Amino acid sequence: MSISRKDVKHIAHLARIELTPEEETKFEKELSAILGFVEKLNEVNTDNIEPMTGGTILQNIMREDEPGDKNLQGKEAALLDAAPEKERGYVRVKAVFE
Amino acid sequence: MKLNELTIKDASGGLRQKKFSVSELVSNFLQAIKEKNSELHAYLEVFDDALDEAKKADEMLGVVNHEERMKLPPLFGIPLAIKDNILIEGKKCTAGSKILENYIASYDATVIRKLKKQGAIFLGKTNLDEFAMGSSTENSAYVSTKNPYDLSRVPGGSSGGSASAVAGNLCIAALGSDTGGSIRQPASFCGIVGLKPTYGIVSRHGLIAMASSLDQIGPMAKSVEDAAILFDAIKGGDEFDSTAVKKESLEIGNWKLEIPERLKGVRIGIPKEYFGAGLDADVKKVIEAVIGKMESSGAIIKEISLPHSEYALPTYYIVVPSEISANLARFDGIRYGLSAATSYQLSATSLYEVYAKSRAYGFGAEVKRRIMLGTYTLSAGYYDAYYVKAQKVRRLIRQDFEHALNATDVILGPTAPTPAFCFGEKADNPLQMYLADIYTVAANLAGVPAISIPAGFVEREGKKLPVGLQLAGKWFEEGKLLGIAKAAEII
Repeated sequence: MSISRKDVKHIAHLARIELTPEEETKFEKELSAILGFVEKLNEVNTDNIEPMTGGTILQNIMREDEPGDKNLQGKEAALLDAAPEKERGYVRVKAVFE
Repeated sequence: MKLNELTIKDASGGLRQKKFSVSELVSNFLQAIKEKNSELHAYLEVFDDALDEAKKADEMLGVVNHEERMKLPPLFGIPLAIKDNILIEGKKCTAGSKILENYIASYDATVIRKLKKQGAIFLGKTNLDEFAMGSSTENSAYVSTKNPYDLSRVPGGSSGGSASAVAGNLCIAALGSDTGGSIRQPASFCGIVGLKPTYGIVSRHGLIAMASSLDQIGPMAKSVEDAAILFDAIKGGDEFDSTAVKKESLEIGNWKLEIPERLKGVRIGIPKEYFGAGLDADVKKVIEAVIGKMESSGAIIKEISLPHSEYALPTYYIVVPSEISANLARFDGIRYGLSAATSYQLSATSLYEVYAKSRAYGFGAEVKRRIMLGTYTLSAGYYDAYYVKAQKVRRLIRQDFEHALNATDVILGPTAPTPAFCFGEKADNPLQMYLADIYTVAANLAGVPAISIPAGFVEREGKKLPVGLQLAGKWFEEGKLLGIAKAAEII
């Protein structure tokens, strides 16, 4: 399956990555080549095979909703410090609704 | 022997017998780094507090008696290097990406916490392909690491900085991470030992995530025994990584090396699919020579089949980009890292532009390529055809290993199809680069532990280049796998 220029633009929009026209040309070619390569999987009969959805057989690991890591207590400030823009103890973002 | 050439075992013994101090040991490494890192570029950052930590360790050694010294943890005072996608509190963690150029880790990864508890000394952070995506370190946004055996060749990747640091005697041992071969392939290229543990045996809390159903942290070392010491230190359950199994449930708390006497009676499966087209003829000879030696040492060599081998790489390149596209959504220019919101050049005027420009400027080509690919394979209309299909084939690959490991103790093959390649050789063709991991990705998809150990050398342009052989074992049977690896290491 090959990917068109229009597809590349759409994927880049979904992935929130601004591409230059040169990148669009490059990715159109490269993504088509990689998709051609992975389509080899169509040769495999997977009727009645359950998808393997993770790396373990563990399911639904539950715990009490309580802070567990004493080493992290009081370190909220360090997390906030990492944010590029902040105001009054909150992370600041540009307007979501215009 | 110089102090920076010692193994963990020997250095640990030397410290206890007071043959040298932790400060002397660390100083030796800092001197070696000073002399060689400008050509190897193994480290992205060398910690200026390493010597202070060493002095603290010496003070502690000064006040304990001989008996107490002998009881210290095996990594006490041992200088290690850490791949720069593992968080150390208060230190920069770049993941080899521009988007995290100035990011300071706000907490310790669980593996780091465990190593600190033992008293290990961290020398610095090692280079990697950006977000661990690559097989040569050429995808690092900062620098390409060189192979100590031939400076015109890559060290492998993505844990190439750690491999080069161990092989170049710039640390005793190192941590790497392995999603599709990122510990084993560079270990093969640099002539060292690298273990990818069973999925779920080591916590990934504090490892910058690439593909969460495959990522594992593991040791890179000069000997199998050193790898085992480091593995023992980092393994175990963790409430901060729900996939890290509790040791009580699997009794890995009391694991031990099970070293067979020579290799008598050890059943070694040789998958015929790993010796076909694409395998370098010289590499093949090296591996076959070791198989011959193992057989004369008493091992039972059996040809086996992993019938879905040829589908491992295509499966990997659907599963991995899909998980990457989700995991790397967190790099949005809002919470941490490079942001278009505060950049004059990028001048974003809307929230959308903050996302799109931060990511456009912060990510390199391979990261963008994989995010785009994963976004596509997870998107409406293609999800079943790509992602679900790949998950089904992944189940078949896991079943191949189940069947094969029921009839054998370990599966043996080459770690990589070639020795270290030259810079630029594959950099322009992503598919060519992906083929460097053709023998390693299946272990990640199946979740089994796999180790690369030095098997011998091949000659290229007058230089000797190391070749690694890979052994894969049963889930959670690291003790047996490492034991067989140790027996194989010395024949």
